[in-house]
Parts: sequence; C-alpha cells; structure tokens
Amino acid sequence: MNDLAKAKTYKSEVKPIWCPGCGDFAVLSALTKAFAYLDLDKKDLAVISGIGCSSRLPAYLSSYGFHGIHGRALPVAAGLKLARPELTVIASGGDGDGFSIGGNHFLHACRRNLDLTYIVMDNEVYGMTKGQASPTTKPDWVDSPLTPHGTGVRPFQPAAIALAAGASFIARGFSGDPNGMTKLIIDAIQHPGFAFIQVLSPCPTYRPEQKLWKNQVSSFPHAPTDNPLEAATRLYADDGMSSGLIFQSQYPAWQQTSAVTASIHQFEEEFIV
Amino acid sequence: MSILSCTQSLAVTGSGGSGAITVGNMLLQIAASSGLYGIMRRSVGPQIRGGESAALLRLSAQPVSGPDDRFDLLLAFDWLNADRFALEIPLDSASLIISDSAHSEIPDVILQSGARVIQIPLQQMAADISGGRVNMIGLGLLCALLELPSELSRTVIRSTLASKGEAAIEAALQSFDAGARYETSFQLPCPALQGGTTAARWNISGNEACALGALQGGVRFVAAYPITPATDLLEWLAPRIEKIGGSLLQAEDELASINMVIGASFGGVCSMTATSGPGLSLMAEGIGLAIASEIPLVVVNVTRGGPSTGIPTKSEQSDLNIALYGQHGDAPHLVLAPQNISDCIQTTRWAVQLAEILQTPAIVLSDQFLGQSRFVIPAPEPVVDSDSIARLRQIQHSASATPYQRYLINDSAISPMALPGTAGCSYTADGLEHTCTGKPSSIATDHHDQLDKRQHKLTRYAFGTQWAEVQGSGPIAILCWGSSSMAVLEAAERLQQSGQPVKVIAIRLLAPAQTAALERELQDVSQLLVVEQSHSQQFYRYLRAHYALPAQVQVYAKPGPLAITPGQICQALQALSGESI
Repeated sequence: MNDLAKAKTYKSEVKPIWCPGCGDFAVLSALTKAFAYLDLDKKDLAVISGIGCSSRLPAYLSSYGFHGIHGRALPVAAGLKLARPELTVIASGGDGDGFSIGGNHFLHACRRNLDLTYIVMDNEVYGMTKGQASPTTKPDWVDSPLTPHGTGVRPFQPAAIALAAGASFIARGFSGDPNGMTKLIIDAIQHPGFAFIQVLSPCPTYRPEQKLWKNQVSSFPHAPTDNPLEAATRLYADDGMSSGLIFQSQYPAWQQTSAVTASIHQFEEEFIV
Repeated sequence: MSILSCTQSLAVTGSGGSGAITVGNMLLQIAASSGLYGIMRRSVGPQIRGGESAALLRLSAQPVSGPDDRFDLLLAFDWLNADRFALEIPLDSASLIISDSAHSEIPDVILQSGARVIQIPLQQMAADISGGRVNMIGLGLLCALLELPSELSRTVIRSTLASKGEAAIEAALQSFDAGARYETSFQLPCPALQGGTTAARWNISGNEACALGALQGGVRFVAAYPITPATDLLEWLAPRIEKIGGSLLQAEDELASINMVIGASFGGVCSMTATSGPGLSLMAEGIGLAIASEIPLVVVNVTRGGPSTGIPTKSEQSDLNIALYGQHGDAPHLVLAPQNISDCIQTTRWAVQLAEILQTPAIVLSDQFLGQSRFVIPAPEPVVDSDSIARLRQIQHSASATPYQRYLINDSAISPMALPGTAGCSYTADGLEHTCTGKPSSIATDHHDQLDKRQHKLTRYAFGTQWAEVQGSGPIAILCWGSSSMAVLEAAERLQQSGQPVKVIAIRLLAPAQTAALERELQDVSQLLVVEQSHSQQFYRYLRAHYALPAQVQVYAKPGPLAITPGQICQALQALSGESI
C-alpha cells in the first residue's frame, strides 16, 4: 500500500461538516499521513476533542475517539492516557475551545507534561456559533455584532503562554503547508511529553481575509531551541505568522507509578480496634 | 440491652488548635479499646487556626447510630466563639459543664441551659507540668469520670503521639495522670458504661468507608480537587490506591476532575471522583456528558451546607435536588445514599458496580456528618475477592457489525462497550446525540431511540431489595433517606419501647425512582412522616413527584447544621398521629 492509500485507512466514512476551503481539512489529512508514516495501529490510537468546528475531527477518523464538551478535551485525554499509558492519545480542537473556555486546562496540561499531543486549529474566530471573536482575535476586528467595537483586548499568545506554563514541545504549523504540518505532527507524537502544535487554519467563511495567510506565513527563522529564555525572546520578536518547531526540551514526562504492593484487605485491617 | 439504656454524650470544645478534636479522637479510641461503641462528630469553624472546634461524642456498650437529643457533659477548654456551636450542644439541668477556672466567664447562651458548672484549674495544672497540655488533663478527667481503664488510655496516648517524640509523650502522660487523679465531687448521671464487648469492631469515618467501598467495587482511577468536607476521603485514598495498582491525580479544578474520570473510564479503568456541593455544581456538565456518551463513573458528594459556599464544615442533606436534577436535557442516571457508616462501604461499592453495569454515572450522596464523623462499629462482613468484581462492564472484544455499534439498541438497552486497543471496534464516543454507531445525528428518530435506550437501561434493570431498608410494619410509617435514617431508626426503637410501633422505610436508591417497590411498602400505611435535613423539603417534593403517598403526610424538614435527633422525630410523629407517644 502506498503512503497515501495507507493514510486514507485512518479516515472514517463520516463526511466532515466543514465549509469548503476550511483549513481543518488539511489538518485531518496531515494527521492521517503522520499516522501512516509512524505506522500506528489505529486500535491503539485515540483522538479526543471538545466543541467547535475543529473539534468534530475525531468522528472523521477510524481510530478510537471522544467528542466531549466545550473546553475539556485535555482533561479527557489526560484521564485516558493515565488509565492507558500504552495508547497514543491526541487532543485536538480550536482556539476558543483550548484558550478560552479550556484555558486553565491548557496551562496545567503544559506543566503536567503528560505524554500527549495537543493540536489547536487556530482561526481566530468562533465558527460554530457563526463568527464571534476568540482569544486570538486581533483587538480591532469589528465583524462580529457581539463585539461591535472589536474586543479591545490583546490577543492570547498560545506559544509564549505554553512556554511560560512549562510545555516541553512547542510548534506552530500552517494548514497551507501540509508537508511541514505532517512533519510537526510526527515529531509531536514522538516527543515523550506534552507536545503542543498551534496550527494556523483559516476560516474562509467568517474570516475570508485569512485566505491571504498563504502569502503571509513564513518559516520560523530559527532552529528549535531547548533554552526557554531564547525561545521566549524569539517568540516576543515574532509576529505569530511563522511556522516551525520553536522549542523542544526533554523534561521528564509525568507518569504515575503504581505497582501492586498491598491488598484492600490490608487497608481494612487498619480500622480494626 | 438496648442502646437506649445507657449512652454517654460528651462534648469537648475549644478554640481551634486547643486540641479538642485530638481529645475526642483519643477518647473514642480508648472507649473502643475498652470494648465500647461510639461516634465522634466534628463541628469546626471555617478558620484553620483560632476558630471554634467541637468534638461531639456519644459512647455506649451497644452500637450507636447518631447523636442523642442532649449532652450529659460539656468540657470546655475556653469559651471563645462558644456562641457559634452552642445550638449544636443542647444541655439541660441534668448536664454538667466542666470549665477551666482560667476562663471563668461562661457565656449566657451556655449558662441558660441550667446545667451544673464545675470549675477546674486546667491551665494552672498544665503549668505545673513540664510541657503540660490542658487537653491531655481534660482527657484524664474524662477517662476517670467514665471509669475507662487507664492502661488502655496510656497505650492510646503513646500510639497517637508516637511521631511527637518521647518528651511530648511523657508530658502528655503526666498531664493525663494529673487530670485522672483530680479529686472530683461529682459524677456523671449514668457513670460507667457497663457491658463492654470483645466483638470485632472498626474505628472508621464515613469518608474512609466510602473510599474503601469504592476500592472494593473496583475503582482504580481517581481525579479530584480538594474541597471540604471531601478532602479527607481523597487523602485516605491517595497513598492506598497506588499500592493496589491504581492512581489518584489532583486535578486543576472540578471540571478537569470529572472529565479526567470520563477519559479514564472510557479507557476501561473503573473511575471515580469525590467532591462537595460547589464541586458538584461544576461537574454538572461533565456528568451530563457521561450520561450521553454512556460512560460509567462514580461521584461521591459529601454534602455540606449550601447554597454557594454555604457552610463548608457542617452537614446538610440539601444536595438532593442537584444530584437528581442537575443536568440539562433528559438525563437519567443513578443517585444513591448511604444510611450509616458501614453502609457507606456497601452503598459506594454498589454504586460502582451499578455504574459499571449500566454504563452511566452514579452519584453517591454522603454528607459532612457521615463523612467526617468517626464511628466505632461492628466489623463489617469481609468482602470476597474485590478484584474479581471489577469487570462488570459489558465489553465486546470483537465487532459483530461494521461499523461497530457502540450504542446498539437491544433488549437490556445496555450496549457493548469496546475498550480502546480492541481491533475492529473503534468508535467515537459523543456528547452530541448520535446514531447507534456513535455518528452525530440530529434526526428525531435517533434522538428518541437513544433517549429511550438511556432511560430503559435503568428502568429495565432489576435492582433487587437493596433499593431501601425497610423495618417494622403497621399503619404509621417514617420515610427517610441518607444520614437522617440513623436518627429515624433510633426514634423507631424508642417508640417501639413505648408501645408505638412504626414502620421505617429508608431509601438507598433515589434514582431511578423505585415507584412500584415503594408503593407496595406504603400499601397499608395511612399516616406518613417524611424526615429530611433540608430547608425546602427537597425529599418530600421528590416523593410527591414519583410516588403516590398516603393521604395523611407530615414533613419534618430541618436544614443543617443542627443534627436531626431521635427525640425530634418522636415529637413530629406525635404531632402526626395526634396522640401521646
């Protein structure tokens, strides 16, 4: 089987609800190519999401999946990984799901450093609720009636925040660069710890101006570093429109060690008067 | 001998840090070692240090359920903030108050009970001992009054203070001796508790009991966030669950806790969380997800005074509504409530088993009274091999249809639930309404089919006789649930002794409602008293919604934090039946 045919086996029969031109199609495709490249057995693969356009992704895959509630993909993924460490667990979703309603889980997933991959398809808008500002929306975007004067709030900086929160793998991808994205996903899955990829994934419906991203996105102009200070300096100098692996460090992945060394009966004996 | 014949109710109070709770714990352990039964409730203020704290004990030669109507003795190390707990320690002219003469200004709210006051120079006595402790002098006094063997007391002091070093132990023992030797001219109304037993007994709290029941049921993953009064349940579990191959994770909040539990259970590991009111509110959406996606899990809710932050350190039965109705949409699930300490073990174990079998969340409604009280109880029957009962979930190891029908509709309405790692059975669990394969669907028939299925798996299941504890018979009945069942049973015993038998129905399985079973029990009942610890009569309204009740119904609903006592229930029943009992 050639790589493309093999990648296709990771797709389900369910037809995506995404609009034509949505960047998320390319993410789905890159994911399946990464799975094919890594030759992952789909029975040992689980993709977990919350709510939003991009969170529909698990249903489009033939692996195990969980489409949960808004903002809670990371805790579901964490619980599954802790219960079944041998599985490859991937969490995915959008910028609203991950950085707004699920923001607290994002911070703590970064610092907990479980061996998970988290892919956020960032289009700077809430698509499923028809076009409201998200945490990554620029402050002067006035196209939503919910924020008629723009949000007036500085955008959330996903990569810098992940760095500050202690993530051990931080990358930015672009749906217009499927090969680069596939490579990042492969590296992320292979990274032994919490791997975060922010994917710039345009919304042609509510943010048609993002069609121009293909002319604006550049390569991140540095080789990856394991020095957080260096990564921070680079991220603060960056316009948020470059793609590549930014930071990777070998912090030990957090795991719980449990071995059977006692029986419940022994606990009961503690109560005997 | 009945529990009514001789019990001692003692309160030990002091500002936080005075050691009142330590005295209570030690006294309970000493009494237990000498063959007695007993309980020790805790009533503490919200402060970590410097607030009020009270250890409320009741000791007897027979198993004790809940608190009595009154206290025989109050030992107060000081009177700071005494007004905050005065109502929780009912005294009368037959009661004794032992006060430190260094704190002679006894508040009116205490004095107006008419109890006899004895001043003892506790602080002065402690000052005469190097490293002397007022609370250990108090313990000596109490043990002497109760005629508890001093060698047992010394053993308990030694083992409790083992980590504090020999000097501290020696000072504590000297203090204890000083208290025990103190020449007293008074006696307790019912002095020595005769008839101690050598039967096997446990000294256990409700929180520990729920945790133990969860482990026995097969729980091997816990994610939770600290919250009073559930934290000590988790603190008991954490070091133990990892020794039997499980794990406990302190999550960033309750939203994470419930969703981590969902993820772990999706992975096939029997999972639970524990929380209290505010945490249960935060978990409401996650519990709804588990209902829709049919994920087994258990939430132990140790109820405290509500709403909002309410009274975190004190008990109430006011989370019944949110446990029953906390989800949006039509969301059938399990709600169970333990009725006493050993039932905390059994009911939590049963909840885990039911959740696993029925693939839905089970909420266990404990409360602060059950959870944070220590009880000396008859040792429960041992459970046969706990590990063998952990696999109740219907798991399919191979697909019979493609794509795999995770939400297959069948006679039991319980679908096969493949675990990740099983070839040919992959599916996406979904909180969106779905088809029988899990594919999202907004089609009316899919919605109706899945709603029916999620309802039917609960209504078609035979829960057996465990849905309630039923005792006695006759035309007068008391209907109760959860921790107030203990006071109800004692009230029934008192009424029985005075020639007024009543039937008691204590409901353990609150949801799904066991309508036919309860109505059968109510068939010959013409007068019904409903007892609950809530302000808005949550239990009564639930009963009215689900069951046909007798024509004559009286409700005794009292909010926390005051305990419901047997005497109050006897009075309420008297009002119902209109005759002297």
